[in-house]
Amino acid sequence: MITFDGVTKRYPDGTVAVDDLSLEAPTGEITVLVGPSGCGKTTSLRMINRMIDPSAGRILLDGVDVTTVDPPTLRRGIGYVIQQAGLFPHRKIVDNVATVPYLLGWDRKKAQARAMELLERVGLDPGLAGRYPFQLSGGQQQRVGVARALAADPPVLLMDEPFSAVDPIVRASLQDELLRLQSELNKTIVFVTHDIDEAVKLGDRVAVLRVGGRLAQLAAPAELLAEPADDFVREFLGRDRGIRRLSFVPADGLRLRTDLTVPVSAEVSSVRGTAEAWLAVVDSGGRPLGWVAPKDLPDSGGTLAEVPAAPYGTFVRGRDSLRAALDATLLSPSGNALAVDGSGRVEGVVTREALDEALARIAEDARG
Amino acid sequence: MDEEPLIRWEWIGNNGPLIRELVVDNVVMALAPVLVGLLVALPLGLAAVRWRWLYQPTAGVVNVVYSLPSLAVFIVLLPITGLATRTTVIVPLAFYAMAVLLPAVVDGLDSVPEHVRQSAVAMGFTPARRLLAVELPIAVPVVIAGLRVATVSSISLVSVGALVGRGGLGHLFTDGWQRQFPTPIIVGIVLIVLLAVLADLLLVLVQRWLTPWSVARTGTRKRALPRSRPAASPEREGVA
Repeated sequence: MITFDGVTKRYPDGTVAVDDLSLEAPTGEITVLVGPSGCGKTTSLRMINRMIDPSAGRILLDGVDVTTVDPPTLRRGIGYVIQQAGLFPHRKIVDNVATVPYLLGWDRKKAQARAMELLERVGLDPGLAGRYPFQLSGGQQQRVGVARALAADPPVLLMDEPFSAVDPIVRASLQDELLRLQSELNKTIVFVTHDIDEAVKLGDRVAVLRVGGRLAQLAAPAELLAEPADDFVREFLGRDRGIRRLSFVPADGLRLRTDLTVPVSAEVSSVRGTAEAWLAVVDSGGRPLGWVAPKDLPDSGGTLAEVPAAPYGTFVRGRDSLRAALDATLLSPSGNALAVDGSGRVEGVVTREALDEALARIAEDARG
Repeated sequence: MDEEPLIRWEWIGNNGPLIRELVVDNVVMALAPVLVGLLVALPLGLAAVRWRWLYQPTAGVVNVVYSLPSLAVFIVLLPITGLATRTTVIVPLAFYAMAVLLPAVVDGLDSVPEHVRQSAVAMGFTPARRLLAVELPIAVPVVIAGLRVATVSSISLVSVGALVGRGGLGHLFTDGWQRQFPTPIIVGIVLIVLLAVLADLLLVLVQRWLTPWSVARTGTRKRALPRSRPAASPEREGVA
C-alpha cells in the first residue's frame, strides 16, 4: 500500500504543485490520479520513487517512509513507465527489458531469459528481442516499456501517461492489455492521466485533482460518475456522465425473451403469420444472422435463408455492461439487442421494453 | 632549360624510405593531438553539461585559442619545446582538436533525450552508472562526427609544421618549392588527401560498429515494422 500523508510540494519560487495531499493506493489495485495540467499529478507520482522529494508530509510504501530509502535502491523496486516509453535507443529490446535485473546484478542469462518471458507476457513477438527501439512502432515500444517496468517483478508500478502518445486504437488495446496483465499480476499501480475516460476505464479508484494540487474527490469510477463531489469534478467528468455510468452496470439483470428466435431453416410461409414485429434468425449453431419482420416477408416458398435479414447488435451476457446492451439495441432497426454467450450463440433477446425497465431502475437510483 | 615534367616517377622510387618516414611522422603528429584533445574535451564537456554556467566561458577560451594563427603559436612555442620537435606541432594541434571536440561532447550529451535520461533515473541507475551506460553511449555518434572533423583537419594542418622544421608530409612542400621541383609537392598532396580519406573512412566504420542503433538518425534506414509481421532475422540488425 502507498500512503500519502499530508504531502505538500512547494517550489522555491513559491508555486505549490501538490497541496496537503492525503490518499491511499491500496495493494493490488489501480489507483488513477487524474486532473487538468498543473494539478500536480505527475509531481505526486514522482514523489513516490523520490524523483522529487516532498516539502512537507510523508509518503509511506508499506509503512516505510520512502525518504529513508536510498533512491537507486528504492527505484529498483518500483516499476516505472512513461509517455514516450523512454527506451534506451542504444540497447536491444531484450537488454532494455532486462535493465533492472542487470542493475540488481542478476546473471546475464537469467536476466535475458526473464526479459524474453516478459516480452511474451505483454503480447510481443519474441523475435523482436534482437531489434533496436527505433525499429519498433510506438505501440510496440510502449509494450516494451511495460515489460521493462515489470522485469524485476516489483510490487509497485508507477505509470505516467503511458498511453497518451499513441493513436486511439492502439491506446485502447494497450489499456485492455494492462487490465488483462493486472488481473494476472495484482500489482499496486498508480496511474497518471489527464484523460478522464482512461481513468474511469482503468481505475479501481480514481483521485481527481484540481489545479494547485488539491484532491477534489477520491472514489470508485461508478461512484464518481454517479455522485461527483462538486462542480469542478462534474465539469471535469464532462458530458454523457449518465450514459458512461451504464458501463459499470452489468447487463445480467436484463429480462430476456427466448421466444423471439427462429432457425434459418424455417419456411418463410410458416414465419409470415407470426404476430411479433421482429424475429431474430439464427443459424444451425445458434449464431445470429439478422432480424426479419414477419409482416414484410414475401409471399413465397423457400426458407428464411433466401430472404435478406436486417442488421443486428449483440452483447455478451455475463461480461458486458448495460452500455453495451443499449448500444446493441441501437444497431438494429428492430430496436432489440441479442444476448449471446461467450462463444457467440444467442441466449435470448433483450427488447426495448426490457431495456427501459432496467434504465428506469438506474434513474430511480440516481434520485439518491 | 628543359621543360620540367609534372611528376618524375623515379624520384618516388628513389625516396621510398623518406616518404615512409614522413607518412609515419605525419600520422603520429596528427593523431596524437586528436587523442589528447579528446581526453581533455571529455571531462571538460561532462563538467560543462553538469554545470551549465561553465560552458560559455570554456568555449570562449577554446575559441580564442582556435583563432590564433598556427604559425604564430609554433614560434611562441619554439623556445619551450624546441625547433623541429614533434611536441612543437602536437601542442597547438591538440588545442585545435579540443576546440572542435568540446562542443561535440557537449552536443552529444545534449542529444540524450530527456525522457531517456528520466527513465534511466527511474530505473534506479546511480549517476555514475547512468553516465557510463546510458549517456555516453548515446553521445557517441555526435562525438564521432566531431572526431572526423578534428582528425581530417589535423592531418592536413600538420604540414604547416614544415615552417618550423617538422611538418610530416609538409616537408615535401617546402622541399619542392625551394628546388622548383613539383614532384614532391604532388606526392605530398596526394598522400595527405589519402591519409585524410582513410582516417575518415576508418572512423565511419568505427561508428557503424559502435552504434548499430543509430542508423535511424542518419535517416538512411528508418523502418517501423507492423506488429503482425514476424521478425525476419534479428542477427542482421544494424548492418547498414
